[in-house]
Amino acid sequence: MKLFQKNAAELSNMLQKNEVSAVDVVQSFLDRIELLEPHLKAFITHTPAMALQTASEVDSRRNNGEKLHPLAGVPVAIKDNISTQGLRTTCASHILESYIPPYDASVITALKRAGLPVLGKTNMDEFAMGSSTENSAFYPTRNPWNLDKVPGGSSGGSAVAVSAGMAPLALGSDTGGSIRQPASLCGLTGLRPTYGRVSRYGLIAFASSLDQIGPLTTTARDNALLLNLISGYDPLDSTALPGEVPDFTEDLGRGIKNLKVGVIRQNVSEGFDPEVTAAVLKAVSLLRDHGAEVDEVSLPLTDHGLSAYYLIAPSEASSNLGRYDGVRYGYNAGGDSIDEMFSTTRGRGFGPEVKRRIMIGTYALSAGYYDAYYLQAMKVRTMIRRDYDAAFKRFDILIGATTPTPAFNIGEKTDDPLQMYLSDICNITDSLAGVPSLSIPCGISSEGLPLGMQITGSYFNEALLLRVASFLEEAGESLPMRPKVKLPEGGEV
Amino acid sequence: MSIDFSKEVDYVARLARLKLKPEEKEIMAGQLSDILDTARKVQEIDTTGVEPTSHVIDLPTVLRDDETGSSLTLSRVLQNAPRRQQDYFKVPSITAKDNGINAGEEA
Repeated sequence: MKLFQKNAAELSNMLQKNEVSAVDVVQSFLDRIELLEPHLKAFITHTPAMALQTASEVDSRRNNGEKLHPLAGVPVAIKDNISTQGLRTTCASHILESYIPPYDASVITALKRAGLPVLGKTNMDEFAMGSSTENSAFYPTRNPWNLDKVPGGSSGGSAVAVSAGMAPLALGSDTGGSIRQPASLCGLTGLRPTYGRVSRYGLIAFASSLDQIGPLTTTARDNALLLNLISGYDPLDSTALPGEVPDFTEDLGRGIKNLKVGVIRQNVSEGFDPEVTAAVLKAVSLLRDHGAEVDEVSLPLTDHGLSAYYLIAPSEASSNLGRYDGVRYGYNAGGDSIDEMFSTTRGRGFGPEVKRRIMIGTYALSAGYYDAYYLQAMKVRTMIRRDYDAAFKRFDILIGATTPTPAFNIGEKTDDPLQMYLSDICNITDSLAGVPSLSIPCGISSEGLPLGMQITGSYFNEALLLRVASFLEEAGESLPMRPKVKLPEGGEV
Repeated sequence: MSIDFSKEVDYVARLARLKLKPEEKEIMAGQLSDILDTARKVQEIDTTGVEPTSHVIDLPTVLRDDETGSSLTLSRVLQNAPRRQQDYFKVPSITAKDNGINAGEEA
């Protein structure tokens, strides 16, 4: 087995036992990137020299007998909306095409301190607005399971990097499904943590009341290891949760006996691809066979949640993206008056989906409409949170599909924004409630595409979600975590 | 009932400081009308007596000691400025007559 085929926990063990050097580990992933990147386009910026330098520093520190973080020397890919000091951070937008952050996001500070080599910045939908990575201003990313399919989005580049073995770990961000949906479409474990679990400082803002950074990995253990590293209170983010952070690996392997499982009726819908629903229900039976108590639960506001989300997220975006005016950073289109400069810079600098969302948000917040749209959506959000509170009085976890279908074709939904929005239908209410939500692989379709299942927990309960995921990894039919990539010129790698 | 968004596009684009091409406006009018039809479903819900969500988790107000800390240096703050003059961001005149910025349409 080549190094790039190993998961982060395996690499961590080998590194700690000195069986392999961090430089060799990084080089294996860099070789894999060189081979596959021309076909998959998962990255916007590559940082091989920086990654090798970090690896070499880790190796010397280890050789000097220093006690290192367990993930020291295990490389990581970073979504390109997470600020990296001195390293271009574009949000996949022309408006930030040459932006060099003057500071690191808090999660990057944590990764650097622990000695994780950064392989590069990954492609995404522009400003994280989209579900297919086709809204990148630069190029779409392709799904390694089938190059004609989308990888999902908006964290599509991060998902593809891990899925194709170009990185063992990646960070994404999730506003309304942007970690879980691509994890599902690429066959990965992707976690949206509790809102506030991970600092948002340095995450370029889309919708501040919803945005969360989280890990994309091949296994539950890898996810727990990366979550351990990025979680915790941060004085630089006033929405970061105070209090102790548990060791998320501690509960792995503890089993699921007597666990109360609620299957969300709306998320195993008859309208979904039957293969998706069948795979989810099969995993649920497995839980029941091993001692879980399973019952059905209804979250009746799912459809209205989508409506509320498409008012709340664009409203917050229209406000957050007001900062791109060509004055302090980013693209500047010039102009004789300041008003012309603002309007032309923004008109040319943003892509179509970002403009649509700014328009919806501006409309929903404008005089005369605020109460009917934004305020009403925030009240519906309160009702959705109450539904979750009620559900978690009866159940420990809630289960359903992550996406209504496996990966769809590139170009299939680009002309119809509403159809694109509907691919996040199962993800959005968890985001609105702020609860932790995990997507794990649960099967392969007859077309050879991964199928995903979403497990939702109550606030702060990430450890339970990862425990259920690790149980299903061990008890379930093991899924080939990484695809054989069929190259266009022939051959599989 | 659909909203005819074509009349609103110019006004909203102006509020958002987005210069749109005529063909963009046409496509956007149709798409925004569809999206808002879906979004308006929130109005079907009776929310009488429901407080709007301000934060999903009840957190106390975050305060810190009133002490100065370090901040970014001027050169770092200015490093991304598209146009600058000495230690200033440079912009077109905001006092010219035709700038439109103080026309008062948001009042």
